[in-house]
Amino acid sequence: MKTDPTVILRRKITNRVMVALFSLAVLISIGALAAILWKLSVAGLKAFSIDIFTKGTPAPGTAGGLLNAIVGSIVLVVTGLAGAIPLGVLAGTYLAEYGRDSWMGNVVRFCTDILLSAPSIIIGLFIYGIIVLPSGHFSAWAGAAALCLVAVPVIVRTTEDMLCLVPDSLREAAVALGCPYWKMIVKIGWRAARPGIVTGILLALARISGETAPLLFTSLNNQFSTSTMNGPIASLPIVIFQFAMSPYKDWQNLAWSGAFLITVTVLAINIFSRRVLFTKRHN
Amino acid sequence: MSQSNEAGMGQVRPIEIPVVRVKNKVSFHLPTGRHFEMPFKMVTRLSAFLVIGMMAAIFLLLTIESAPVFHKFGFAFITGSSWNPVSNKFGALASIVGTLVTSFIAVLFGVPLALGSAFFLNELCPFKVRPALTAMIELLAAIPSIIYGMWGLFVMAPVMSHVVQPVLIKYLGPLPFVGLLFQGPPFGIGVLTAGLILSVMVLPFIASVSLQAFASVPASLREAAYGTGANVWEICRKIIIPYTKTSVIGAIMLGLGRALGETMAVTFVIGNAHRLSASLLAPGTTISATLANEFAEAFGDTYIASLLALGLILFLITFAILSITRVLLLSTKRRLPV
Repeated sequence: MKTDPTVILRRKITNRVMVALFSLAVLISIGALAAILWKLSVAGLKAFSIDIFTKGTPAPGTAGGLLNAIVGSIVLVVTGLAGAIPLGVLAGTYLAEYGRDSWMGNVVRFCTDILLSAPSIIIGLFIYGIIVLPSGHFSAWAGAAALCLVAVPVIVRTTEDMLCLVPDSLREAAVALGCPYWKMIVKIGWRAARPGIVTGILLALARISGETAPLLFTSLNNQFSTSTMNGPIASLPIVIFQFAMSPYKDWQNLAWSGAFLITVTVLAINIFSRRVLFTKRHN
Repeated sequence: MSQSNEAGMGQVRPIEIPVVRVKNKVSFHLPTGRHFEMPFKMVTRLSAFLVIGMMAAIFLLLTIESAPVFHKFGFAFITGSSWNPVSNKFGALASIVGTLVTSFIAVLFGVPLALGSAFFLNELCPFKVRPALTAMIELLAAIPSIIYGMWGLFVMAPVMSHVVQPVLIKYLGPLPFVGLLFQGPPFGIGVLTAGLILSVMVLPFIASVSLQAFASVPASLREAAYGTGANVWEICRKIIIPYTKTSVIGAIMLGLGRALGETMAVTFVIGNAHRLSASLLAPGTTISATLANEFAEAFGDTYIASLLALGLILFLITFAILSITRVLLLSTKRRLPV
């Protein structure tokens, strides 16, 4: 059978064109990452100085730093995580150990998946409705609660994934020796899955460190340092939002420094946890 | 079993628990801590239930709080396009349309980029650089959305207003029908810019889920195709895509779900104008951008309730899209989202 040479030529050309387009797509994707990181480093480092960590947010036209915002962010994130860790790990444990094929397990998995990708601003609305409205004022507690709700699904998901990687033979061995189920989970399951679970917590930390939308109307903003959890508190993302949208050049510069700080932190945590997860999955 | 048979006639003797007394300490030869079994199980079950509770509570709260709005405006809340806090008239159409249009643009540009990248990584990429390139694309998902917003406002908007939009207005503007999309002055910010930023943001999700789906294609299928002389494009189109169609559609839906609810990046570049406009270059608004811009400063019950009603609409739309996503992706073992 003889093949029509034009068919061969057409196939060849189509292939060349498509391969070129694929390569172009990758170049654009990586290029976008590079462009963002480049602008961040250039603009972020320009205004970067020790003042960022030692001075509070300034009025326009005066010098200052981001101290209260950084402290506020740490307070919110740590409080939020403190609530999310037990809740997330225990729920993930339920999914991987007790509720593997139960209908309730499936419903929980469904809800986790939806909450993972659901708009975080909705979480902010929810917290506004159940905490800010009844208490009558914005507060750091509300912001922390919102971050907690954002972090929970991430932790549930990783914990379940990581516990499922623990071989069942280990579980059976422990139970066959007369170990109660809960003890098996704590001493065998959690121990074996610990690096993975910690990684999940780190990922949740990275996720909520950059979250802005849930804080907009829960913890609001505060120009000053505050020592109470019952009032509005400044946070890095909100300050960046406010400063970047402002017409003042020095505020915008500070916003870039804050953005640089957040991105470096978040990317560092992400790259580190990816390495752990990657080696874990491939062992 | 044999014991109870020896005892005869179905008489079951309770198993004797040997008790050892060491001085004053009583120890049963039963596993220690078995009394903790029930509470532990209950606590994990309660935590899991709280996740369901969270979801139900979000839905309930939004429904209850926004009920007065639907009561007052009825269906006109969704079809009305005037949003005027001063005269207390609220219609969500501009926000809803803005949300849908920006998300559509995001998917329109995001899908080719994501699938192209995924094909490249799956078929063409040298083995050594593949993990690094994959990680870089997935890192796009890790960058906080506020950073995209800043970048869009300070880097992309000027480029759009000086380079891209004038070209679009000049060459596409005079065309019939299509031209309607490219009218007006080149502001830089607007619906198109927001959609383009979103397309970069959803790209890593689509690419990452697609890549995981591609990994499930049996090597023998690809090898057989390459063996009969198929080229890269033919492998992608005739082997990989048919085999992973469901998951790829799932991946696209996931991207769409993300785009619909994205807040900060859009808020920076969309211009926040409650106005229906055919032109993609005009400023507009989305549900999430409206919430981000106005909620903290909203006054009056109707205003706040209207914003909560917007939230409910957004929640329902994303819930529907993400539910479909989940069904489509059930077969794909998804790795961690970032």
